[in-house]
Amino acid sequence: MENHEPARDSAPLLARRWVNLLLGGGVLASLASFIYPALRYIIPPPVPESTSRSVVAAKVNELKLNSGKIFQFGSKPAILIRTADDQYKALSAVCTHLSCTVQYRDDLHQIWCACHNGLYDIEGRNVSGPPPRPLEVFDVHVQGDDIIAARKA
Amino acid sequence: MTRLIGSSVLFILALATPGWAQTNDSCVTCHASLDGALAQPAKDYVSDVHHQAGLSCADCHGGNPKDDSMDAMSPAKGFRGAPDKSKVPEFCGRCHSDGAYMRRYNPKLRTDQLSEYLTSVHGQRLKHGDPKVAACVDCHGVHNILAVADSRAPVFPTNVATTCSRCHSDSKLMAEYKIPTDQAAHYEKSVHAKILAGGDTSAPTCTTCHGNHGATPPGVTSVANVCGTCHVFFVQLFQKSPHGPAFEKMGLPGCVQCHSNHEIVKPSDEWVGVGSKSVCISCHVEGDAGYASAKKISDELAQLDHSQKRAEDILSTAERKGMEVSNAHLELAQANENIVKARVAVHTLDPVEVGKLTDPGMKFSATAYEAGVAALRESNMRRKGLGLALIFIVIAIAGLYLKIREMESKPQK
Amino acid sequence: MSSILARIIQWFDDRFGTATLKEFLRHKTIPLHRHTVWYYFGGMTLFLFIIQVLTGILLLLYYRPTPNDAFESVQYVMTQVRFGWLIRSVHSWSANLMIFTASVHMFSVYFLKAYRKPRELTWVTGMLLFFIVLGFGFTGYLLPWNTLAYFATKVGTQMGGSVPVVGKWLLIFLRGGDEVTGATLTRFFGFHVAVLPGLATMMLAAHLLLVQRLGMSVPPSVEKRIAEGKETSKIMPFFPNFLLRDMIGWYAALGVLGALAAIFPWELGTKADPFAPAPAGIRPEWYFLFMFQTLKLLPSRVLFLDGEFAGILAFSLAGAIWVAIPFIDRKVGFSRATRIFTGLGIFALGYIIMMSALVFK
Repeated sequence: MENHEPARDSAPLLARRWVNLLLGGGVLASLASFIYPALRYIIPPPVPESTSRSVVAAKVNELKLNSGKIFQFGSKPAILIRTADDQYKALSAVCTHLSCTVQYRDDLHQIWCACHNGLYDIEGRNVSGPPPRPLEVFDVHVQGDDIIAARKA
Repeated sequence: MTRLIGSSVLFILALATPGWAQTNDSCVTCHASLDGALAQPAKDYVSDVHHQAGLSCADCHGGNPKDDSMDAMSPAKGFRGAPDKSKVPEFCGRCHSDGAYMRRYNPKLRTDQLSEYLTSVHGQRLKHGDPKVAACVDCHGVHNILAVADSRAPVFPTNVATTCSRCHSDSKLMAEYKIPTDQAAHYEKSVHAKILAGGDTSAPTCTTCHGNHGATPPGVTSVANVCGTCHVFFVQLFQKSPHGPAFEKMGLPGCVQCHSNHEIVKPSDEWVGVGSKSVCISCHVEGDAGYASAKKISDELAQLDHSQKRAEDILSTAERKGMEVSNAHLELAQANENIVKARVAVHTLDPVEVGKLTDPGMKFSATAYEAGVAALRESNMRRKGLGLALIFIVIAIAGLYLKIREMESKPQK
Repeated sequence: MSSILARIIQWFDDRFGTATLKEFLRHKTIPLHRHTVWYYFGGMTLFLFIIQVLTGILLLLYYRPTPNDAFESVQYVMTQVRFGWLIRSVHSWSANLMIFTASVHMFSVYFLKAYRKPRELTWVTGMLLFFIVLGFGFTGYLLPWNTLAYFATKVGTQMGGSVPVVGKWLLIFLRGGDEVTGATLTRFFGFHVAVLPGLATMMLAAHLLLVQRLGMSVPPSVEKRIAEGKETSKIMPFFPNFLLRDMIGWYAALGVLGALAAIFPWELGTKADPFAPAPAGIRPEWYFLFMFQTLKLLPSRVLFLDGEFAGILAFSLAGAIWVAIPFIDRKVGFSRATRIFTGLGIFALGYIIMMSALVFK
């Protein structure tokens, strides 16, 4: 569509080249700055799902029998227990009294809160001390090498 | 013939009429047909737990339920009648202290109520001839006794305070014993009453601390033990603290001194320290060691509380903006745990002990706060990437503009 | 290089027969006069719509339309996905920008009387597109399932229930039930990503076809000046002159969007809790504010009608008249009638601006 006039002087041609360079460069660079984020976006992050519904609590054989581990579930602590008869239990570790973090007592075989001596049984029921409500219980699944805790549906 | 049929029909009808008043228990049949107070026992007894167990009037009062005449109530035939107030405990105890007898009906029921009662203030006074004190029937009812576990029973945990205050809030009655009558009113304001009203029957009521059958106010030295049955850590720390032996020497009741006995409310951080609401300054004055300790402890608590709230605020803001702060929340949870434990440690009355909890707590909440600041900063950092993209865009726009100028400065064909 | 490009183009040309399209584009012209600047807003709205489609598709890769997961999935996009915050904020801002440019486009067409014969259907399809765009805004707003969105939807669909005759049915249809629940979310999601895009595509095709077929309308005032010889009729070729200028506008819009996304990122909010009371100061997005304020100011009874019903009726009538304007204002010229219609437009615009502003009092 452009007239290819013979260049009368080199100045307009040079100017034209600069303009083309500026335009082409600008467009390409700006396109890159749009496409780059889009491409990074499409690649799934290392943690493929939100951790508020389910999370990997531990690896198989990470816990000894009759022991517990605190893990992060969303933004709250949770506790995974491997009982003496090799069952996995996962519960919220937020004490229902004043939100301290509970722990597993392998001598009592119960869940204990160090703040005011509250006790829960392995099913999360508040059995002694100030806690007014049981602990929230999570479902536990073993998937390959991972032990997964998930909120009950 | 018609007369025979007629009276037979009448008889059958009379038999068929529902109501246990048609049993062959003459006590009931007779008393049910009387008026007022004489008929009340028959009406009440329908719901009584003893009735459910199959016991009749005569099983307690004696007499002959098969006899329709007034002879049924002859003492010669074993009639005991209504016992005198002073004989009521033994009247009930005739069965309730008999282990072998009670086992036939309810093996898990205790049988020491009578012996306990005799040690109580009520029992002692009754023995010395005061008929106004409480005996079995005053709390449990007379003919409509319900099981303790029945929520309608006057001795069910949520009803106990009301039952006790029937006498103990009656100022005319209590005047001669010189016992105050404000306990129930105080208790109703307490956190224990609120928890109990909420349905948690493990919360203390009058009988939890005073005993039920052996009701006696706990002695000054044993109040702490009573509280300590639930509030374990606090009593342990308190006994080891300077106040433990000091209070004992001064004859002061441990926990009650600061927390009161009946109107036990949720304590606030302001109770600690030297401010207007503090309990410490009721004994300590400026210049003494206790005053200094109180001030230090109060400062430590306030500092951590403030730091925690500040971190909480910034994390909520960051979260609402859509920043990832779940790790920081976990840090903050630890700070929260530290302040909860610090409030327990207050009972050591030792700023160093409290500091062992508040210092790490400050670190946790500081970390959480920093994470919140970083999250907010990161949402601003994105401006840098934006700046770069904007430069490219401006270049592209400049290129377009120049292109247009170039194109349109050429003569149009 | 260019010969390879030319060869590729020729290859497609032989199969698609794009020669006629190219001829058409080459000859498409834009009238040049003092009101030419308003011609840019249609293309700008289309550009922003394309941005919405692209960012929307990207968001679709991670979004989950259930009450349990919706908020968390948006949070995931914003915190875990690389540049997720950018895509999401651009999508939210571009939606608002698009409604703004669509409104400017609509009012400029109205005041420049571009709806007159033969462009009546362009106006009608345009108005339908506008309603579809508002529908996009309303349905999309609920999808993050945060407190603001939940209650705004509750109030908005409640108003739908006040429509005469079909109100009750409309409410249930919109909400997927009596209340705003997960069913509402699923339904709104379906509308937002399938139904409305389909309708929009059809309506857009019709609208664009008409615009290309009929060319750009010259305002009556300019036509008059040309007829009186006070001005010469000037044109600009669409390709490349107008298009390059269009691109400047689009790049500027991209810059603005990026800046808004980075400097005023769209908030995530807090997850919706249907059982919590509505927070104070709940109000719909800015483009619904004037309706919201009107309904707030109406008394509970207007003559013999229920207040809210009367308000909805009034808006429905006003909307219907607005859509039918080309068929009402037939003799667009310089008669008093024309000035009345211009006045009507000024009143409408002023009313909308004033009512929206009043919400912030």
